[in-house]
Amino acid sequence: MSDLKIAQSEPLFNSNKKMTYLVLGFFAFLILLPALGPTKFFLHLMIMIFMHAVISQSWNIIGGFSGQISLGHGAFFGIGAYATSFFYVEYGLTPWIGILIGIIVCAIVAILIGIPMLRLSGHYFAIATLLVGISFQIIFQRWDLVGAASGLWVPLTSEDSLYAIQFHSSKVPYYYLFLIFFTIIFFITWLISRSKLGYRLRAVRDDAQAAQSLGIDVAKHKIIAFAISAMMMSPMGSLFAQYILIVDPDRMFNFEISIIALLITVLGGIGYVWGPLVGTLILIPLAEYARIFFGGTGGAVDLMVYGIVLMFICIFKPSGIISFLPNHILHREKMR
Amino acid sequence: MSILKVENLSKSFGGIHANQDISFEVQAGEILGVIGPNGAGKSTLFDLITGFTKPDQGSVIFEGKNIFGFRPDKISNLGVGRTFQKLKPFADQTLLENVMIGAFSKESNQKVARDKALEIIEFVQLLEKRHHYAKELSTGQRKRLELARALATDPKLLLMDEVTGGVDQKTIPGLVELVKKLRERGVTVITIEHNINIIMDISNHVLALDQGKKIAFGIPKEIQNNQKVIDAYLGTIDAA
Amino acid sequence: MQAVITGLLMGLIYALIASGLSLIFGLMEIVNFAHGEHLMLAMFTSFWLWALLGLDPIVSIPITILVLALCGIVTHYFLIRYILKAKMLVQICATFGLAVFIRSLAQFLWTPDFRNISKPMLEGRIEISGIFIGQPQFTAAIVCLFAFIGLYWFVTKTETGLALQATSQDRQAAEILGVPSNKMFALGWGLGLGCVAIAGSMMSSYFYIFPDVGINFSLFAFVAVALGGFGSILGCLYAGIIIGLVESLGGLLIDPSFKLLYVFAIYLLVVIFKPQGIFGRY
Repeated sequence: MSDLKIAQSEPLFNSNKKMTYLVLGFFAFLILLPALGPTKFFLHLMIMIFMHAVISQSWNIIGGFSGQISLGHGAFFGIGAYATSFFYVEYGLTPWIGILIGIIVCAIVAILIGIPMLRLSGHYFAIATLLVGISFQIIFQRWDLVGAASGLWVPLTSEDSLYAIQFHSSKVPYYYLFLIFFTIIFFITWLISRSKLGYRLRAVRDDAQAAQSLGIDVAKHKIIAFAISAMMMSPMGSLFAQYILIVDPDRMFNFEISIIALLITVLGGIGYVWGPLVGTLILIPLAEYARIFFGGTGGAVDLMVYGIVLMFICIFKPSGIISFLPNHILHREKMR
Repeated sequence: MSILKVENLSKSFGGIHANQDISFEVQAGEILGVIGPNGAGKSTLFDLITGFTKPDQGSVIFEGKNIFGFRPDKISNLGVGRTFQKLKPFADQTLLENVMIGAFSKESNQKVARDKALEIIEFVQLLEKRHHYAKELSTGQRKRLELARALATDPKLLLMDEVTGGVDQKTIPGLVELVKKLRERGVTVITIEHNINIIMDISNHVLALDQGKKIAFGIPKEIQNNQKVIDAYLGTIDAA
Repeated sequence: MQAVITGLLMGLIYALIASGLSLIFGLMEIVNFAHGEHLMLAMFTSFWLWALLGLDPIVSIPITILVLALCGIVTHYFLIRYILKAKMLVQICATFGLAVFIRSLAQFLWTPDFRNISKPMLEGRIEISGIFIGQPQFTAAIVCLFAFIGLYWFVTKTETGLALQATSQDRQAAEILGVPSNKMFALGWGLGLGCVAIAGSMMSSYFYIFPDVGINFSLFAFVAVALGGFGSILGCLYAGIIIGLVESLGGLLIDPSFKLLYVFAIYLLVVIFKPQGIFGRY
């Protein structure tokens, strides 16, 4: 057999059986977890982990795949939250359809914003997204239709309802809801990273001119990445709204969401499919426990931790925690 | 049959004419060498043809279609590939991944694209390096990478900027052989090259530029004896 | 007319804040995302000097400048030095992390409450043919203008200033000529935050002081720097004034609650259609 034939008979992706079992085992554990009788706080912690993993994965698509730094990604979280709540409060529409509406609206908004803005690069894009993120908050604070500054209060159902996505007796249904979305979105990201689209996005990020010379429409690919990213963020906003059942501009368009998405991704490993998960597993428990430990001192402690962690990671390990793993494993799991 | 016809192509940057009224034709299946002293506008000409710089006026007819002012990716998709003088590999990706990105321009199926990429990597004789990162390769190997990547897009016309620039003596003959083999593959090639001997060896026709203008066009023998070309080169030697 | 004056006065303050940001960017191509937080620190420094020692913000300006300049130098030595050669993403994250840290530290130490300095030296307002001008606002604007002129003179006329410019144009070349770039960077941070200190102490006389106060100012500073052309100091003056006018006139003519949006809109229009800034570099 010629060298070429040998090379062509190699598998497309050298998948390690052990790794596959490890991932499957991990998900099996997550599915069975509620049966072990975890405390309410622990369930809450897991829900927060799922949510933040997805939020940062969403950021990873635009920041890690296409290389554009967005500082206003929280806007899509807020849109998702408002989409479900608004249609439920005003028209009694099930949040399930609301989630769908949120995703569609986010995609449209991302494309409309993306067309002019993705022509900008580097600092200009970062600052522009920062301003757009804040603009959304300002607009929603003054928009009477959606309750302006006081926001929307989702009317409570008398009992648990899958139709209204409200569960008062237990956190377990929420746990599964977030788990499902977490699994789907990570799976989609994993698929994208190995697809033609993933290859082409990495090309755009690494060298836009070279990508163009290979027939890749750079602007179009950046907008696609931005839209996918927005569509992943939206359902998290929707679910979070159903989780706390209050939607107001200060909470849903909070700047903190944009910060945390970026921070977790950079901490875990920007550009890696599993980077956001690694970052979340480290940071969210840290922040939640810090909040409890220092409780009642203004609630700024978790932010302080974020700030310090972010500076340290930038100085000492800009490629993220995941890059401590050996190279051959990384190569298989990376989207860079 | 001419595959590319350039007519009166001009571009100026802030009053300086980088390219002025350049016209020439390339026949399908040939190798056209472009020569000229530094600053003659060779790379600008490439950028104008491939759309990386917007031309001011003129026309670029590729296979009977005017591609003047098209975006680079559209031009690439029509079948015009290029390599860069300042190499632009996707450094954090493997050689195979680099070439696959090129192959994805025509193929959507992973396996087909991969196998095609491997076949081209074998053509540029780097098969054993396929899983190396681009940043780990030598300059000569990266030139081959860029060539392979461009070839993977199935170009009918390939513009190669400085085939042998910046690589050591030993690797030059191999690269030159590759360019010759391209012709056998049925790819028309336009190449910029500083080494006159190589140009005379491989080219069917030669285009000579100086200070943004065409000073000569013809078969290598004619160019070698063309007084304007000799002056242009002597002129730069005097200046240096 | 009232709005024009108000806008002009505010614009001068924006200009000074932005020139600090621009100076740092011009020098090392790093956007200080913690600029607003540094401004907040300056205001708090003024506040505490007043609350604990009874010094009026006007009197304590030199101390505030010293504190902030020191803060800038510390920032350079402990953070910026390490990320000079890093990717842009890392640089953005680092100064962004600093911003988050300073802001939350302020909240932690001083609570998110609003504070103000009661009975500052500058109070009341003067009336000139029907137009009211707040005395502190007026003085602040004048001081900022002078500080700005001083900065401009320093950068363009003194030897150190020229060395600073040389470093910003070509780091390596300047080093060969014997200009130590690391010291120049530290000086840049000191100067940049010194500007912020002056603006901060002037504003502390008539602004509420709280940990989030810097955000809007830093956003305006980003806009001003982009408008004026990244790295241009004189551009900041024009841009600052334009922003001040847009803010107050937009508030007067359309709707005051969307003031920020007008300024943001200008940023987007400028960077999308004229990315070099309106006034070019230097």
